[in-house]
This record gives sequence, C-alpha cells and structure tokens, in this order.
Amino acid sequence: MKIANLKKIDFRSTLIYWMFLVIFLAFSVILHDDGFLQSNNLLNILRQTATITVMAVAMTFVISAAEIDLSIGGVAGLTSVVAALMVRDHGLVQGILAGLAIGFIVGSANGLLVARVGIPSFLVTLGMQGVAVGFAALVTNYYPVPILNDTFNRIFGSGTIGKFPGLLLWSFTAVIIGWVTLTKTTFGRRVLATGGNRDAAEFNGINTKNIKFQVMLISSVVASIAGLLYAGRLQTGRYEWGAGDELSAIAAVILGGTSLFGGSGRIIGTFFGALLVGLINNGLILAGLPVSQQQIIRGLIIILAVALARKK
Amino acid sequence: MTNTVHSVEMVDISKSFFGVKVLDEVSFAVLPGEIHALAGENGAGKSTLMKILQGVYSMDSGEIRIAGSSVSIHSFQDARNLGIGMVFQEFSLVPELTVAQNIFLDREHKNRFGLFDEKETVKQAHIVMESLGLHIDVTAKVSTLGRAYQQLTEIAKAIAGDAKILILDEPTASLAKEEVEALFKVLRGLTSRGVSIIYISHRMDEIYKICNRITILRDGKRIAVASLEEITPNEIIAHITGRKDLEMLAHDGRSSSQFESPNFEVEGLQVGTRVNHVSFQLFPGQILGLAGLMGSGRTELVRALFGLDKKDQGTIKIDGKEVTIKNPRDAMAHGLAFIPEDRRRQGLIMEHTVKHNILSTNLSSLSHHSFLNFPKINSVVNNAITKFEVRPGEANREVRLFSGGNQQKVVIAKWMATNPRFVLLDEPTVGVDIGTKVEIMKLIRSIAHEGKSVILISSELPELLSVCDRILVIRKGEIAEDLNRNEIKDEDHLQMIVQGIHV
Repeated sequence: MKIANLKKIDFRSTLIYWMFLVIFLAFSVILHDDGFLQSNNLLNILRQTATITVMAVAMTFVISAAEIDLSIGGVAGLTSVVAALMVRDHGLVQGILAGLAIGFIVGSANGLLVARVGIPSFLVTLGMQGVAVGFAALVTNYYPVPILNDTFNRIFGSGTIGKFPGLLLWSFTAVIIGWVTLTKTTFGRRVLATGGNRDAAEFNGINTKNIKFQVMLISSVVASIAGLLYAGRLQTGRYEWGAGDELSAIAAVILGGTSLFGGSGRIIGTFFGALLVGLINNGLILAGLPVSQQQIIRGLIIILAVALARKK
Repeated sequence: MTNTVHSVEMVDISKSFFGVKVLDEVSFAVLPGEIHALAGENGAGKSTLMKILQGVYSMDSGEIRIAGSSVSIHSFQDARNLGIGMVFQEFSLVPELTVAQNIFLDREHKNRFGLFDEKETVKQAHIVMESLGLHIDVTAKVSTLGRAYQQLTEIAKAIAGDAKILILDEPTASLAKEEVEALFKVLRGLTSRGVSIIYISHRMDEIYKICNRITILRDGKRIAVASLEEITPNEIIAHITGRKDLEMLAHDGRSSSQFESPNFEVEGLQVGTRVNHVSFQLFPGQILGLAGLMGSGRTELVRALFGLDKKDQGTIKIDGKEVTIKNPRDAMAHGLAFIPEDRRRQGLIMEHTVKHNILSTNLSSLSHHSFLNFPKINSVVNNAITKFEVRPGEANREVRLFSGGNQQKVVIAKWMATNPRFVLLDEPTVGVDIGTKVEIMKLIRSIAHEGKSVILISSELPELLSVCDRILVIRKGEIAEDLNRNEIKDEDHLQMIVQGIHV
C-alpha cells in the first residue's frame, strides 16, 4: 500500500526538491574554490532569502486564491522608509506600528478594489506598486534614511541568536505559520476552494469576496514586515528596498508547485523555491559575473524551472 | 428515391469515453433541403454525434459521407471546409464587434494593402442579410442586439461561410414567440436553397411545426427514424424515454395526505422577469417536483430560494416564521442545501479531492476554533463515501477522475453531510448513466423518508413521476399548474401539460 502510494507521487510535485538538489550540487563543484560551501556563505544565502521567503509565503495564499499581488516590493520599500523616519523622530514602537500600518492601508485598498469593486488584482497591484514606490521616493527625496536604533536593527534582521542569524527565525516562523494555516485551518480550505472554483465555492456558502479581500490584506501586511526586515538588515530605510521582489516571490511560489491558476498551494515548496532563487543569485555573484549577465542567466533559469514545474 | 444523395450521411458511428460506450453504431442521414430533428434525453448521445460531425471528437469506428463521398473530419476547420456550420447555444459572437465584422470574422475582406476592408465587409454582410430576408443594421455592435438577432447573426455567419449543413442546438431556448417565428422563416428560406438543417430540440410543438423527419437516440443507440407525418407525439416521447425506465422508476405510491403542516412557505416571490409572483408550500418529508421547459424560470426560482439571486419581492417562511435569505450562507444557516444543475462549474472543485469537496460545505462543523479536526473529517468523509456508494471509494482521489454519476454522488454526499432540512436539486441526473439515475432517485426517496423536504427540478418527466408527491408546472416564470401526483395519468399526460397542449 505504502509503496504503491509512493510510486503514484507525481514527479512534478517533487520537482522543486530535485532542482534544488541538482543546482546545489552543481554549484558545490563549480564554485568550490570560490567558497560556496563555506558555512558563512550558506548562512548568507539563508539571510538574503529571508525577505523573499516571508513574502512568498503570503504570495502562496494570494496565488492559491487565483489572484496576484505585484505591489509587495513597493510596499516593502515604502514601509522601510516610513519606519526609518518614525524611528528617528518618534521611537521604536511608533516606527514598527507605522510600518505595519502601511501594509494595512495598502492591503485594504488592494482588497477593496479587487474583491468589492471587482478590478483584476493584476491591474490594481501594478498601479499600487507605482504609488507606493513614488510615495517612498517623495517623502525621502530619494535619500536613504539611516536607522540608529539598535533594538530595531537587532529585532529586524541584524541580530543573531547564538551563531544563528535572527532573520532565519523570521523566515522559519513565516513558513510554519503559513503551512499550518493553509493545510490545517478552515481559512486555508476556503482560500483553496475560492481559487479552485469561485462559483462552486460561493454555492458552498463560502464568502469568496471576503476571502479575496483577506488574502490581499495579508499579502500587504506581510510585505510590510518584509520591509521592516530590509530596514533592520541594512540599517536604513530606502525607497528602492524590495524593488523587483514581487517577481522573485512569484517565481518562488510557482517553482514550489503552486498552480498559477489557483486552487492548489504548497508552502514547503514555496520555501524551497525561495531558497532556489537565493541560491542562484548567490552562485552567480560568486562566479564573478557582472550584473547584466547575472540578470540574463537568472531570468533564463527561472523560465526553464517554471516551464518544468508547471502543471498544465 | 433510392438515388437521392444525402447531404450528410453518418454510418455506424461508435464512440466510447473511458470504456463507456456513448454511441453504439448510430446511423444518421439528412437530405438536401430537409430540416431533420435530432431528439433524445440528455446523455442520449446527440451532442457527441454532433461533435463528431464537427471534428471536435474523433469516432472509434464508422464512416461519414458528405454529398455522397466519404470524408474524414479531424477539426473544426475541416468541418467548415466541408460546409458544416454550427449555431452555438452559447453564441460564438464577439460582442464588441459589429454584425458585419462578426459575420466575416477570420475571413475578413482585405484591401490591396492587406488591411481590413470595412467597406467591402459591410457590403458583403448586407448581401448575406438580404439573402436571408433580414433587415439588420450590419454596422451595429452585436452587444446592442437582442438575443434573437444575435442568433440570426450567428446563422448569417455560418451561411456566409458557405454552410450547406447547419446544426442548431436548442435555438429557441431564449427566444420570445415572435422571434421564434422570424427564426423559422429564415430556416424555411434556407431549405429552399438546398441547405440541410439538423435541429436539436426538446420542444415537441416546434419539431412538428418545422421539421420534416426525426431521428431519436436513446442511451447511445438509434431508436427510430421517421417522417413527422407518420409519428405521433406520444410515440416520440415513448421512444425518447423508453418504457422500461419507467418501470425501474415506478412510483412508490405515497399519499400526500400524510403531511400535516407546511414547514416551508413561499409567498409572492418575484425575481426580475424570470420568476413571477410564485407562491407554494412545502411539507416535511414531501418531494415537490418542478416541471417546465428550459428557460421557464425553474432554475431561477430555486436559485433565489438559496440566496444566489436577489429577490425583488416576496417572503419565505420557515416553520411559520419569516426568514431573510440573502446569500448561500443564510440559506445554509436555515437548513437549506442546493445541488446545482452544472456540477462541474457550480457543484464541485474538480481539481480537489473527494475529501476536500465534502469538507467544503462542512468547514464549521468539522473544525474547532478554525482548526480542522482531521479524525472527524476522515470519519465523516468515509461514512459519506460508503453511504452514497461513491465508486471508487477513494477519499484522496481528485473528483475530475470520477464518472459523472459518481461526481454527482459526491455533490449529494457533501450536502447531506450538512444535515439539511430542505434539499433543492436542479437536474440531478443530467449526464448520468441510467444505473446511477435509478440510484439517485432512490437516494432522493430516502432523503424524504428521513423527514426532509425536497424540491426536485427535472426535465426528465419519468423521474418526477416516480418520486414526487406533488408537481408544479412552471411556465414563463409562473406556476401554470399545481398537481397532486395522483391527478397525473402518465408521462404523456404530464408532457402535454408541460408543453402547454391541453387535451
């Protein structure tokens, strides 16, 4: 029985782990002399992917509900700026709360426009992305805002627990909460039902408008947490933080085996998807390639991986 | 007559899906200039046969001849090149383009620069419309036209593509009476030009009005071919339903006198123009049938009861108390369950497992503080699978991998797990094989025996007759007749009433 079941496991559903393994081994051999396998480098990969992981976990819910959120990068940047300014002028707690408030405000606006007004999330969040980045640039006049509050920096990103980077705690927490919520709670089932077949979900008594609102809200609030993590790790708020992260997060989710059409979501897959994206970034940097070539190769690898991972 | 060349001849066509034979050596032929009715229950094989003719499906065996010569049709394109045109039930027009642009969609007139030639398109569209005797402004956007004119545009599109054979699937389903007349005039005009028309319809009066011959399919076999002058409506109905099914679904003779007081009352229900001032009562343990043609307002009525559509007027009382049902959540809270007519789009999440589909209607009862209670879920799901005989009984299999009948059992199972008091079923046996049909009818009876009230919509009258205690005949959104089961002699009698033919 067990063996028969094992055989039935879809090749595609485990693909992300194979891809991760293959690329990891390839880099281990090719980049051995560049220090790829050194524990410092490996921890670095985890640290650098933490923000993407956190956002990608929330993105898994959005995509499972058959929506998309392109504004998360902008929300992260705006949050880092607002938090930095508030920490400087008013203090730690005000900084954190103001940062999270950005997520609430943008998320509520996205959610209302998508769920109530009925505008496709693609358009809403594409526009919102510009609004958020623009605001962040406007209030800081394009200048970075340094954060001198050590407590803030320690909590969000720069701190360690023993030798263990604090950022890892954030990404593990996000993965665990995300996994439990998606697989073990009624909310997770409602999200998947809404994304799987909105009509049927509505016939089943699921308030699909509420679900769509909630996933958009969660995505923005989590993006604002990611913004705080940027601010803490880099000890600055800057409008550019998070730029382009929406694409990395979406790539991580799809690589992880979540269907772009909604109705199925895999949090653990997303985690490995995010790690894979981070791994590729790290490897290309270690290989000493110029940024332009990094971008080309990263883009091609992601297209190839998604092409292999897609369900239909 | 023996030398007549048929415009279409389908010989001994067989087709199976997943080992289930849906067409069994069916032959079907249409003469030039003939309107030929194709009749049969849902699932009898009509649409499969037509899809083979259009190249959507490939046949397992058999032969197709067009104008006497054998052809192979592998795609829609092939069919069109052979002069086969289809008028879709769901129109295939682009609403934001003009009538003329739609008629010549994908064979646009080009000017000498290779650009779209609007002038020529309009001119040619005019010519096509004139030839059909229609006066439609071909420069109007399709979205501004009524349903009937959209349909006529669809026909014009097929004719402009040089269709010699035209397939019409339930063309009058959403047309008003005058519009039907206009359509028939166009069809008669076409036949005088030698065009053959295959006319799929459930409406007996229309078939007699416009068709020359009829072919009847049942359970994938051709049962009869006849000239309409030689066959009576009763004979047609008998061929369509098959008498033996009636025996299998015999009425079990419950009397409606056993009911005491109503627990569900509807008064003056108004939903747009589709449901007109409908009032009725439902009793515990009663099975109430809703009969009526497609588009009569049956579905709209139950949709409104379940809170899917907005009610403009009217009240619903449960146990004598007025209740507000604004959405399916309200309806479920008051003990209603709704098995919808389109299980693939409305009933199930096809990519999810049986377990997750059953779970989807029972999330609050199978969880504790929002956390799913897996031991309880597994036992409820396994019980449901056993009780409703879902085959194969694998809880973790995606429902899209099940047969239509077993998918429908999953829908029924997930709703019965909510322990409803009122069960609404809309065409629960569509696309389900005869064996499962009988099982579903048994299930409905057992639901009523548990004291639950049932409202059953069905186009298959033998089903209504076999299980219902009372039947409401719906016509144009109104209750045209309210009949006790014992007031109805037999299926033919009910058919006449549904058709509005008074005997």
